[in-house]
Amino acid sequence: MKSSLKKASLSAGTRNALWGYGFIAIWLIGFFGFTLYPTVYSFIISLNDVRLTSNGMQFTWRGLYHYQYALSVSGDFKMQISEGLTFIICATIVVVVFSLIIALLLNKKFPFRTFFRVVFFLPVVIMSGPVISKLLTGATVNFSSHGELVYTFLNDLPSVLRTPTLFVLENLVTILWFSGVQILMYLAGLQKISPDIYEAASIDGAGSWEKFWKITLPHMKPMALINTVYTVVEISNYSGLGINKLISNNVFNQTRIYSYSAAMSWLYFVIVAVLLILVFLVFKLFGRSDK
Amino acid sequence: MMHNSKSKLLSMQKGKNLAKSSVSLVLRYILLISVGFVYLYPIIYMLLGSLLSPGDQADPTVKWLPTVWYFQNYSEAIQTLDFSHSFLRSLIVAVGPAILQTAVTAIIGFGFARFSFPLKNLWMVLMVATFIIPVDVTLVPRYVLYYQYGMIDTYLPAYLPSLFGQGIKSALFILVFYQFFRSYPISFDEAAELDGAGKIRVFLKIAVPMSRPAIVLSLLFSFIWYWNETSQFNLYFGSKLPTLPMQLEQFTARYEAIYGAATETSKALSNSTTLAGTALSILPVIILFLAFQKQFIESIERSGVTGE
Repeated sequence: MKSSLKKASLSAGTRNALWGYGFIAIWLIGFFGFTLYPTVYSFIISLNDVRLTSNGMQFTWRGLYHYQYALSVSGDFKMQISEGLTFIICATIVVVVFSLIIALLLNKKFPFRTFFRVVFFLPVVIMSGPVISKLLTGATVNFSSHGELVYTFLNDLPSVLRTPTLFVLENLVTILWFSGVQILMYLAGLQKISPDIYEAASIDGAGSWEKFWKITLPHMKPMALINTVYTVVEISNYSGLGINKLISNNVFNQTRIYSYSAAMSWLYFVIVAVLLILVFLVFKLFGRSDK
Repeated sequence: MMHNSKSKLLSMQKGKNLAKSSVSLVLRYILLISVGFVYLYPIIYMLLGSLLSPGDQADPTVKWLPTVWYFQNYSEAIQTLDFSHSFLRSLIVAVGPAILQTAVTAIIGFGFARFSFPLKNLWMVLMVATFIIPVDVTLVPRYVLYYQYGMIDTYLPAYLPSLFGQGIKSALFILVFYQFFRSYPISFDEAAELDGAGKIRVFLKIAVPMSRPAIVLSLLFSFIWYWNETSQFNLYFGSKLPTLPMQLEQFTARYEAIYGAATETSKALSNSTTLAGTALSILPVIILFLAFQKQFIESIERSGVTGE
């Protein structure tokens, strides 16, 4: 009796597992076929020289040659990677902070809110490489032409601070265009904070400044982490970034077809991955200081 | 007496709050308008600039408003973009994969949310990881793969990955559906199963109707992201089947191919024509967004993108 019951529940468990696999089967196929296999394959290509012959591709083992070439021989890669990294880091910080401010402003009910929401979601819709580059080259509000005061002020700063500040100012408009989805994510997060908490805090005599620091910000921390990761991934894939152009322009590079591009993309991936790990560590550190 | 002073204090407080809130409202407007300008400015610049006639462009007194509405730029841009064909291609590349991606990620999300099976956590972690792998890493092997199967210069490289849950940002949509399917009580499913409904019926008749906001979100975002995708698709079918944004990327070259390069006899590509081309390639998405903006925003607020 007991064993037959156990058997029945076990088979129910197995059935459940089978159904589960049935639903995700399509993803498993896709994952191995369109993600894992290409990823491994791209690593192999990056370690070889590829020759296109009439009966397919021929590989010649080159080890880390293409990586070395990217890192020490070609100046392009190093230049683009450091430029790209500066852009990713500066832009991510600006986007994560800026979109929180905008989300806070858009969250409460006020006249014309719908209009403003539409305006602030425009970047989500228009976030396309060619359009952005066409629009922003002509229409950028440029700070460098009429910001002499800013510049004289900046000149007094140490260069550690000056370089990123200048960079952010010069690219501000482009950077702000990356904030669409992040504003939405923060807004969704803000909607989830129960009004009761704010009410209780008001009764205890908390001002709006305190409420922001003690309630809103801690609640927004998980959102901020998701947004930071999202922004880093999004910007690192932005087709307007020099490094991405370099990689896709070298796919059919005459002398080192496929391999060089694959090697560069792997180096780039590793660098972005390290950056993401740093993001997680920073957020973990902040989490501790709260408690 | 005491009561009186208390109520006086209260009304004073109220007045102070009122003043404070109207100050903050004004501040809010100032901030929103000035930052919103960053987004509106390029759009206004694009729309007005695209209507400038050659005379207006040369006239330094004409800064913003055209003296005449000049639509010639648009007809040139339509020619340059090969608009009707490119528009159709863009639709094919955006509509099909968006629908496929939504359907498939909903199925996968349901699998992860409603069943427990061995190695589930591993697959979940790997799924999130696929979001982080840059497009560049798989660019070359995917190209080789499509090349071997003769899919280069067809639409299949846009459709196939989305059919298998590996499309543009598929992991994000799987997570959205996962969150959504976990957030409604499982007793709904159990009740239906007691009534004799199978898992597929439960998915179609209960889970799918319950997840309307997630579906809207997935459809709209997928459409927009597929419409705007150029870096991968350029490589797979850009030379034979260029979509609107791809044509825009090649705008100058294409213009010169049709109207000739700037010489003494033929005129150069004007900024206004480029702006008209930009407007044409982005307006379809903007119109879609404006038409659905209410559903769009509601879907985000209700779809639990945030997670817990």
